[in-house]
Amino acid sequence: MALEPCTESPVNINTATNTAPVVLKERGQREVFCGLTGIVWLHRKMQDAFFLVVGSRTCAHLIQSAAGVMIFAEPRFGTAILGERDLAGLADANDELDRVVNQLLDRRPDIGTLFLVGSCPSEVIKLDLAKAAERLNQQFFPKVRILNYSGSGIETTFTQGEDACLGSMVPVLPQATDEPSLMIVGSLADVVEDQFQRLFDKMGIGPVYFFPPRRAANLPPVGKATKLLVAQPFLSETVRLLMKRGATLLPSPYPLGVEGTTTWLKTAAEAWDIAPEQFEAAIAPSVARAKMGLERYRQVLDGRKAFLFPDSQLEIPLARFLSRECGMKLIEVGTPYIDKMLMEREIDLLPIGTALSEGQDVEKQLDRCREARPDITVCGLGLANPLEAEGMATKWSIELVFSPIHGYDQAADLAELFARPLERRKRLTV
Amino acid sequence: MELTLWTYEGPPHVGAMRVATAMEGVHYVLHAPQGDTYADLLFTMIERRDRRPPVTYTTFQARDLGGDTAEMVKTSVREAYDRYKPKVMLVGESCTAELIQDQPGSLAKSMGLPIPVVSLDLPAYSKKENWGASETLYHLVRTLLLPLVPPPNTPRVKREPNVRPKANIIGPTALGFRCRDDIREVLKLLAEIGVDVNVVAPMGATPDDLMRIPDADFNICLYPEIALTTCTWLTRSFGQPTVKTVPIGVGATRDFLAEIGRVAEIDVSAALERSQADTLGMWGAARLSSSAEAVASRLPWYSRSVDSTYLTGKRVFIFGDATHVIAAARIATEELGFTLVGVGTYSREFAREVRELAKKHGVEAVISDDYLAVEAAVAEAAPELVLGTQMERHIAKRLGIPCAVISSPIHVQDVPARYSPQMGWEGANVIFDSWVHPLMMGLEEHLIGMFREDFEFSEGHMSHLHTAPSSATASAPESVSQSVSHEPVASPVAASTIVSTSINGAEQGLTWSEDGEAELKKIPFFVRGKIKKNTEKFASDRGITSITVETLYDAKAQIGK
Repeated sequence: MALEPCTESPVNINTATNTAPVVLKERGQREVFCGLTGIVWLHRKMQDAFFLVVGSRTCAHLIQSAAGVMIFAEPRFGTAILGERDLAGLADANDELDRVVNQLLDRRPDIGTLFLVGSCPSEVIKLDLAKAAERLNQQFFPKVRILNYSGSGIETTFTQGEDACLGSMVPVLPQATDEPSLMIVGSLADVVEDQFQRLFDKMGIGPVYFFPPRRAANLPPVGKATKLLVAQPFLSETVRLLMKRGATLLPSPYPLGVEGTTTWLKTAAEAWDIAPEQFEAAIAPSVARAKMGLERYRQVLDGRKAFLFPDSQLEIPLARFLSRECGMKLIEVGTPYIDKMLMEREIDLLPIGTALSEGQDVEKQLDRCREARPDITVCGLGLANPLEAEGMATKWSIELVFSPIHGYDQAADLAELFARPLERRKRLTV
Repeated sequence: MELTLWTYEGPPHVGAMRVATAMEGVHYVLHAPQGDTYADLLFTMIERRDRRPPVTYTTFQARDLGGDTAEMVKTSVREAYDRYKPKVMLVGESCTAELIQDQPGSLAKSMGLPIPVVSLDLPAYSKKENWGASETLYHLVRTLLLPLVPPPNTPRVKREPNVRPKANIIGPTALGFRCRDDIREVLKLLAEIGVDVNVVAPMGATPDDLMRIPDADFNICLYPEIALTTCTWLTRSFGQPTVKTVPIGVGATRDFLAEIGRVAEIDVSAALERSQADTLGMWGAARLSSSAEAVASRLPWYSRSVDSTYLTGKRVFIFGDATHVIAAARIATEELGFTLVGVGTYSREFAREVRELAKKHGVEAVISDDYLAVEAAVAEAAPELVLGTQMERHIAKRLGIPCAVISSPIHVQDVPARYSPQMGWEGANVIFDSWVHPLMMGLEEHLIGMFREDFEFSEGHMSHLHTAPSSATASAPESVSQSVSHEPVASPVAASTIVSTSINGAEQGLTWSEDGEAELKKIPFFVRGKIKKNTEKFASDRGITSITVETLYDAKAQIGK
């Protein structure tokens, strides 16, 4: 429950030192997606994978609604909807699951990896999907590898689904040799991966592996010589599991914006002892281009107030970008949870006294937002139109997960996502 | 356990949300885990609602499960009451909460709130969205009106002959197909015959409005999926008769007026007559002026006009909720002159009605909520027009068939800015336009047929209104036949032959002679696939291995168009 209004937090901050900021922790209604939502981008990232949610009609409805309501072709995700009979006896439920998986794999011979995805109901009835995966692997491996993770709302929020999914892949990653390698952790758009690959090539960093891979069958190796550069800030469990397999974490801010991308790349360059001149030479053209592109939107955003509702877990890096590179003022930065290991470098870059909130009590947060009248509010789709109707410009956080926003060449695009609602308001006379 | 790639209906609590969101002064506390709040966006995005649905979620997490989730329910109920001060509170649970058995309804009832609390038990593992909406409306109405129910066999006080009859309109909800505009159209129909509207519910109604339901002389059951249970209870409890005709289409609208005439014991013959007479284009200045409200549809005249001749016998496939499917089948066959080649519904509660309808037209009904089964059935029926939900629109797009949307589940484009009802006279106009436009306009089609041989007409010239299957969709039949192999509804062979490119003549020991193939190319692309299929079947039935121009015409003579 709310301890004190977050707006009071700046007062107690020691100026010069990086004292831990006061975080408003809230526990109330959370207006966030659950981890199943990650399937919407993960299935597109890994084109040979199928995601089978073991859940209820609600789960099926959630995913199709989050995926843009409609399906244009036969999707590589589905739900094994639990019926009353499955609830009555777990033995039956296991048989039923085997039957559904057989039916599915019969139907989709192109599938190389099948994720069994746990949901709230499957967790509550304690349907053991790990055991089910083991059992099914005996039948299908090596033609199809069966993995399992939970995307349930009782355990995961929104982007944590990707964390759980990647975490489930870590144990089956091949053992790496002793040659140092870089692993980029977190799903990025293919085009962004290619951009980063070119930059690493120019610097002479390699080999570079991206995790998740574009095909679930092409698993990247991991071992003692693997260095982890994390591209998405919501992969706590995955990173810890990779570290257990010997990998070393290169702590860094995330590659959002020019500053974030440079710092992120520099982290890798330093680990590879790349000469500063070589690093600068490699990034210089991209940096110049990105700064030029960003400038146009910085002028629109400079001095404007932003309020971020918790949703995608990208809020803190985004706030850092909006404040340091776009000149925006941060009213409140809400995030579902704060993992210090992955977020510390980002929090350090926030303006001293930034009002951070963790968790949510949506009604109270809406009250604070209305009170503050920000110029732009980052929130989920459920809140966007109601806030617009109250006269507040919004940016839906889900777009930030689906659009390529990482890296130099997307820095301006990222800023544009925030400038567009403002530009739109300027144009409209109705 | 049922493998589902996409679902026509959400869970039953979403149905409850459709009722709560439609109303004023009602708040719904839903015991549900984090993530179930996704349902808010259905309303705020698809319908562009300017307010959040009146729903408070407990959003419990795993760490709460060992503790006191029941206390979370109470906190949520208390806070929701304090903040929103509703007149009625609905309390229920989603699928996961059902498993932990906190009995949120009973908990809330024991809290001593100064308002009625309606406990909703909507079994999430066996029921679906429309059923949930129907049950919610029923329990809400019943809870509020039970104290007012007169003792059994109390005769209903007869309306004084000089008092205008009053009707309730029951059924329109949030996220319904064109409910917003249908209401206005029905109000116009009632005004025309001198019937006053007592209450419209749930859309726009307050709990106080629901309390006035017994004041009406009869109830109009506008969407049976949502309203029938409630109307039946009102008939039983208050002796209010139910008008069951759904006024979608010209014939049904006339029947609707006639049924109200019988039920309310009023003379509606003038309105029925006007609906017959006033259909010829309406060009006169008096008719054009806004004061002369249209009391008839243009559909009958448009349908009789020569441009519509080409609509005769167009093969149509209809799928959606039962209300809209049954109405669409009648309009398609009786008012536009189409031929029904397939029909079905995902509303299992009304499977019997749709099966009867199918039987009347000599087809087998598809009663399914598996869109792949529907896709296979569409492919097999080889229609020229598909009327369905947004999913059938996508199916039709994949198969290269024109399509119009007639039913929920809806998409943002089914909530148009313009007035666009389905019911009443204007609804029939809207339907004429929205079903006929995806087909080529008659004259245009005729001219293209005439000039097809001219060199200026490149192969496959088509209307800008729809496109034939491109090479990209040539793979569609493969996936269809794949799906079919697991579905008993259609044979893989039939399904894989819808698109001509999918037919491998060589494999079947059939070849097309040069002249046969040349003649086939002269046939308009939109029927070519079907004719090719029919001809090949004709040939193989007769052991013909090479299809010549003669075989083509022999087959045509045998099979007809």
